[in-house]
Amino acid sequence: MPSKKPATKSRQRAALTSAPPPYKAKPKELLEFYREMLLVRRFEERAGQMYGMGLIGGFCHLYIGQEAVITGVRSAMKDGDSLITAYRDHGHILAVGTNPNAVMAELTGRSGGVSKGKGGSMHMFDRKANFYGGHGIVGAQIPLGAGIAFAHKYNGDGGVSVTFFGDGAANQGQVYEAFNMAELWQLPVLFIIENNQYAMGTSVERSSSETHFYKRGASFRIPGYEVDGMDVLAVRAAAEDGIDFVRSGNGPIILEMKTYRYRGHSMSDPAKYRTRDEVQKMRTDHDPIDHLGETLVSTGAATEDDLKAIDREIKDIVSDAADFAQDSPEPDAAELFTEVYA
Amino acid sequence: MSIDILMPALSPTMEEGTLAKWLVKEGDTVSSGDVLAEIETDKATMELESINDGKVAKILVPEGTEGVKVNAVIARLVEEGESAEAGEAKPAPKAPKAEAKAEAPVKAEAKAAAKAAPVAQDPEIPAGTEMVEMTVREALRDAMAEEMRRDGKVFLMGEEVGQYQGAYKVSQGLLEEFGDKRVIDTPITEHGFTGLGVGAAMAGLKPIVEFMTFNFAMQAIDHIINSAAKTRYMSGGMISVPIVFRGPNGFASRVAAQHSQCYASWYGHVPGLKVVAPYSAADAKGLLKSAIRDPNPVVFLEQELLYGRKFEVPKLDDYTVPIGKAKVVREGKDVTLISFSYTMLAVLDAAEKLAAEGIDAEVIDLRTIRPLDAETLVASVKKTNRAVVVEQGWTAYGVTSEVSSVLMEQAFDWLDAPVLRVGGADVPMPYAASLEKVAIVQPEDVVKAVKTVCYKA
Repeated sequence: MPSKKPATKSRQRAALTSAPPPYKAKPKELLEFYREMLLVRRFEERAGQMYGMGLIGGFCHLYIGQEAVITGVRSAMKDGDSLITAYRDHGHILAVGTNPNAVMAELTGRSGGVSKGKGGSMHMFDRKANFYGGHGIVGAQIPLGAGIAFAHKYNGDGGVSVTFFGDGAANQGQVYEAFNMAELWQLPVLFIIENNQYAMGTSVERSSSETHFYKRGASFRIPGYEVDGMDVLAVRAAAEDGIDFVRSGNGPIILEMKTYRYRGHSMSDPAKYRTRDEVQKMRTDHDPIDHLGETLVSTGAATEDDLKAIDREIKDIVSDAADFAQDSPEPDAAELFTEVYA
Repeated sequence: MSIDILMPALSPTMEEGTLAKWLVKEGDTVSSGDVLAEIETDKATMELESINDGKVAKILVPEGTEGVKVNAVIARLVEEGESAEAGEAKPAPKAPKAEAKAEAPVKAEAKAAAKAAPVAQDPEIPAGTEMVEMTVREALRDAMAEEMRRDGKVFLMGEEVGQYQGAYKVSQGLLEEFGDKRVIDTPITEHGFTGLGVGAAMAGLKPIVEFMTFNFAMQAIDHIINSAAKTRYMSGGMISVPIVFRGPNGFASRVAAQHSQCYASWYGHVPGLKVVAPYSAADAKGLLKSAIRDPNPVVFLEQELLYGRKFEVPKLDDYTVPIGKAKVVREGKDVTLISFSYTMLAVLDAAEKLAAEGIDAEVIDLRTIRPLDAETLVASVKKTNRAVVVEQGWTAYGVTSEVSSVLMEQAFDWLDAPVLRVGGADVPMPYAASLEKVAIVQPEDVVKAVKTVCYKA
């Protein structure tokens, strides 16, 4: 693969050391962000409840608290761009527009699920939406995402691969193998590090010698900066900036989204590694949905009633998804041996 | 006193080479370190340096000579001031033969044996097809080139596949024909480039990922199994991974434990993968073309020690061999010998030795490890009532164990003796030539097992 450096059309490489100012959204866009984040929040709350009822099995990693990241990033992507992430993937597949019914039915392991019940919580895919999963091995999606970027470049289709991973995955060796090739071959890949500050129960400080993950590309000449991942407008502006840089043929960039998950790592989390106060403080002071709701009302973009109406609409969508996920039949035993080979 | 310059062994498997060019002429004075000649092997061109000071008295092998045996005297040096005739030739100090010349570990007259043996007409080759002789190495290269011409989505990536022309020269000429967009030299980063290849395949390309050897693929096995083999199933059939992982696998000469191991059973264990391990050049070509076209991940296990062997390959525009079909390469009635890849040499040799003793062996080349062609194996055992299964790797939890189980399950009533397994010794591969020889399957091991199942031991 030739690795010549094209002329930079977007922000100059040297300037890419800090986040751009927050996105100036139109009122309609603000409402759409609010709606999308709320869908993920309510969906995940319902999934947690259904897990407790024994309707969902195995691992179930909820995205509650991190909604601004996928919502902001997704809004900056264009049709034809690709997306890949790890196992905390419910928010990502909802954000690409996949039917919530099929997502919830995958969680319950039913034939109406996105993967016909064969993948479960950690293995969601939507090929039509260029959503490539949903990967259960920490770090594996990063070279895969670089490979999807390779395909965009090979095909010359102008697409960008947006590759998500967490602070935990950032310590895997294969991340740096992928960084090296992505920069060497100038692949159109945007690396989004969702730093929710805990890899399972191990805090960033206890696991990482360099806790500023956006600096992790420095040895490979990949620029990066930190973004307030609890603010959808900050995320949107940074994602637009990053995608523009990458799409213009400059190779990869790393955006570190400082975010927080309110729930445990998976469902059986002893929560011994952080205090209740810490979680409560994040919820009270930094909740991305509450924050945007207040902005909507204070700027006059929406009334309390408008927000309540959205809330009702979302509740209906989620209720329908929960019903569908329980009514959809379990896969027939004959499905056991299908789809092993093409 | 004169010093003989000997044809050097430039790789563990080299037996002969071409004296491409002399860089000195008779009468020249040389110092130690001076380049005397260029030697060409099937893998590379290397320079031969003098290790002595002196004068070139006689060049005994002219440049351009092919097939010069390792350790042949190619020139003679004399000390400055001596005449060329001074003294009788006294060889330069040389290592014992076994070390200087790594001989092909299994002495196989197998090729001749295979030709002489009664062979069934190959259904994949139309009658009257012209056959051309080529090495396995050339057959693999041709297969890739043909498929890359046929489909723009096919590309090759791996360490040294481009400018270096392939660590084992398999990808020779591909960079020149297809350019660096499609023949991609990677950093030494197996885990990373394998994942990258799998991601590209998910997105619709058809990568050929070359491992310099499959020993290094252990660094990448998570992507081969978790990312490539399982994704189609996990996605409910939504995302396929059309990719070929290829490179030399199994026994290699005098490289010790970390570079000499067979992974056929490792990958053969995994649903979602297809696993191919050809022996002949024709199968290497036909199966690699099929593997590249296959919409599933295919692990394609080659063998370094077979790369340089010549076989007849049908001259057809588009010769493919189906994945999942074993081949009866020698018909017989007394016992079925089942093997694949490198140990086909020992098995074919053993079949000849057995024929001389009145035992008529049928020999089957599995060619594909997964899916296993149980039908062909069972049909043969129903005829011969006895079987010996042979592999280069360890038999414990091995391909031979799987085949034995299948025969026990599906042909129990036809067996007149327990199926026996023959494989590599259950130890990490030793370096010492004496130990290595007994660690790998020899024809005698196969003969002994056959006599046991025939109750003639």
